[in-house]
Parts: sequence; C-alpha cells; structure tokens
Amino acid sequence: MNKLDEFTKGIIKENPIFVIMLGLCPTLAVSTKAIYGIGMGAAVIFVLTGSNVIISLIKNFIPDKVRIPSYIVVIATFVTTVDYFMKAYTPELHKALGIFIPLIVVNCIILGRAEAFASKNSVIDSFLDGVGMGVGFTLALTLIATIREILGAGTITLKLLNYGWVFEIKNFNPMIIMILPPGAFITIGLLLGFFNSLKTKKE
Amino acid sequence: MQHYLIIIISAAFINNFVLSRFLGLCPFIGVSKRLDSALGMGMAVIFVLTLASIITYIINQYLLLPYNLEFLRTVSFILVIATLVQFVEMVIQKTSPPLYDALGIYLPLITTNCAVLGAAFLNINEKFNLLESAVNGFGAGVGFTIALIFMASIREKLEVAKIPENFKGAPITFIIAGILSLIFLCFKGIIAE
Repeated sequence: MNKLDEFTKGIIKENPIFVIMLGLCPTLAVSTKAIYGIGMGAAVIFVLTGSNVIISLIKNFIPDKVRIPSYIVVIATFVTTVDYFMKAYTPELHKALGIFIPLIVVNCIILGRAEAFASKNSVIDSFLDGVGMGVGFTLALTLIATIREILGAGTITLKLLNYGWVFEIKNFNPMIIMILPPGAFITIGLLLGFFNSLKTKKE
Repeated sequence: MQHYLIIIISAAFINNFVLSRFLGLCPFIGVSKRLDSALGMGMAVIFVLTLASIITYIINQYLLLPYNLEFLRTVSFILVIATLVQFVEMVIQKTSPPLYDALGIYLPLITTNCAVLGAAFLNINEKFNLLESAVNGFGAGVGFTIALIFMASIREKLEVAKIPENFKGAPITFIIAGILSLIFLCFKGIIAE
C-alpha cells in the first residue's frame, strides 16, 4: 500500500503541473498536438526515473556542498541520451519539440524531485516516485495538448512514424488562436481555476 | 547596424521569450507580484543572458566543434551557466554592494531559468556569430524584462480587484499572460520576413 502511494501521489495529489506547478515552460510550449504531449512526457519519464534512481544510489558518496552540480551532471547525461535517441528514431518529433528537449535539464520537476525526494529515500521508492511524477506530468501535458488541438485545429493527432491515427471532428470551425501562444496561457489558466473549484467543492 | 537592431526587436517583441517562446515562465509567475522586484529580476536576467550568450558561443565554437564534442553541449552549457551565475554574484558582491543588494537574491534563481539555456541553444540553431549571439541574448533579456514589468504592474492593480475565489493567484495570472501574449502577437507584422 505504502509503495503504491509513492507511485500514485504524483498523478493526482501532487501532480507536478496542476498542483506543484513545476515545469511549466515545456508544458505550454509543446502542447499544440496530443502526440507532442505524449512524446515530451515519455522523455521526461525516462529522465526523471533514471536520474532519481542514480541519485538515490550515489547519495551517500556526494559531499553536501557539491550536490546540486552533481545532480545536474547526472540529469544532463540522461537528457543528452534522450536527445540523441529521439533524433535517431523519431526525427519528426525531435524537430517539433526542438530546444525543449535539451531544456529538460532545467525543468524544475527533475531537480526538484532529486533534491526533495531521491536524495533522502531508498532506490525503489525513488524509482516509483520518478515514474509516478513522470506519468502525472504526461497526463497533464496530454490533457492540455488535446484540449488545445481539438479547439485550435479540430483534430486529435495520435500518430508517430506512420503508426497510429488522426481523428478529425466534422463540421467544426477551429479557433486558430488556441494553438498559438495565447491559447496555451488561457487553457492552463482556466484548467487551474477549474481544478481549484473542484477542490473547494470537495471541502 | 540595422541588422542588429532587427535581431533585438525580433527577440524582444516579435518572438518575446516569455509570451511567445514560453521560456522563463517560472520567474515570470513567481517574481511578478511587485514592480520593484520585477525590475531587479529583469536587470539580473539581461546581464546574465548577454554574458551567457557570449560565453556559450565561445565554448561551442572553439572547444566543442573543433574536437567533435557536440554531445557534451547540454552538460557543458548548464555547468558553465551555473558557474557564471555564481561568479557574477561574487564579483558584484565585492565590487558594488549597492548593485548586489538590488540584484543579489535574484541571481541564484537565474541558473534554473530556462531562458538563459534556451537562448544559448537558439543562438546555435540560428547560426549566429559572436556579436549576433550577444545582441540576441541582450534582446531576449529586454523582452523578458518588458513582459515581467507589464505583468507586475497589472498584478499590483489586481490586488484590489474582485476576482472569483477559485481564480485567485496562478489561474488569473495565466489568463492575463494569455491576453498579453495576444497583444504581442500584433508585433508579428513589424518586420517583413
């Protein structure tokens, strides 16, 4: 039960985007198509889980004073791996996400979890925390991306490298503004307000 | 000269770092509560962005490219930026205590500001030379500061406005950022492509 909690807390109770509000830059920038949300989420899950496990393994050997630079090097290594992997296997996605893949390095979720969780807990707990937080991030990102894509383009794209589908909504006049930058800010603002009102209703 | 002016206007207004490239949102939401702290943060960012653009250009051009070490770009850039910020903080503290008092607390925050690292990568993608990189970094910093000052001025007024309880704080800030972003979209036509 306890282990399950480590995993599920990242999805709802401590959702990185909607509750802790970390890692907002990539969230807003790449959420123009559903598949971009999933792709970015997958990259973050990999980096977050990998760095959480490694940092939890080496936490006892790192002097306290240089811990942040050491964490950053570990994270940057994983980010570089993801960057080159995506460039080789999913060039289309790599091009769409652009500089936001190397920018995962400065995504506050990852350093935040390293500092707040992995540096204090066991390897297994850190692994579960990383996967849970990553999944929570991916779900939130995909939700925002899907809303923006439906309203802004009238489609839902779940297609990568010729696999998957593109759904189209018939007889719908899309609002282009939703896939432009203002749409991102307005979508997340309204969603945050919506989740707040759910929380107040519950209390 | 005109070429550099275009780079500055493009980085500051047309492709504003915060409102159209989505870089540096954390400080944009976090430090935009009061005008004077927004001003301090903005100055610190302009300073570090310009310096970091120059240094990352030199590292990329004279260290990484000649030795085929491009895969170390992410690692080296983030470490250099972190060191640079620390160094700038120490220099300012020694040489100019008043400036340190004004910028001091904002400097450490800049390391994790994705605008700085983002500008370094954008400079490489756009194939800018040394001077163009520096000018682009400066323009990006100015754009960040303008957006931050707008936001802080609006939020100071917002303190006394009637907002639905559930939208107080972050939600309304994002919606206002959306409206600001809409306004900045209008700059798109200034320069003919």
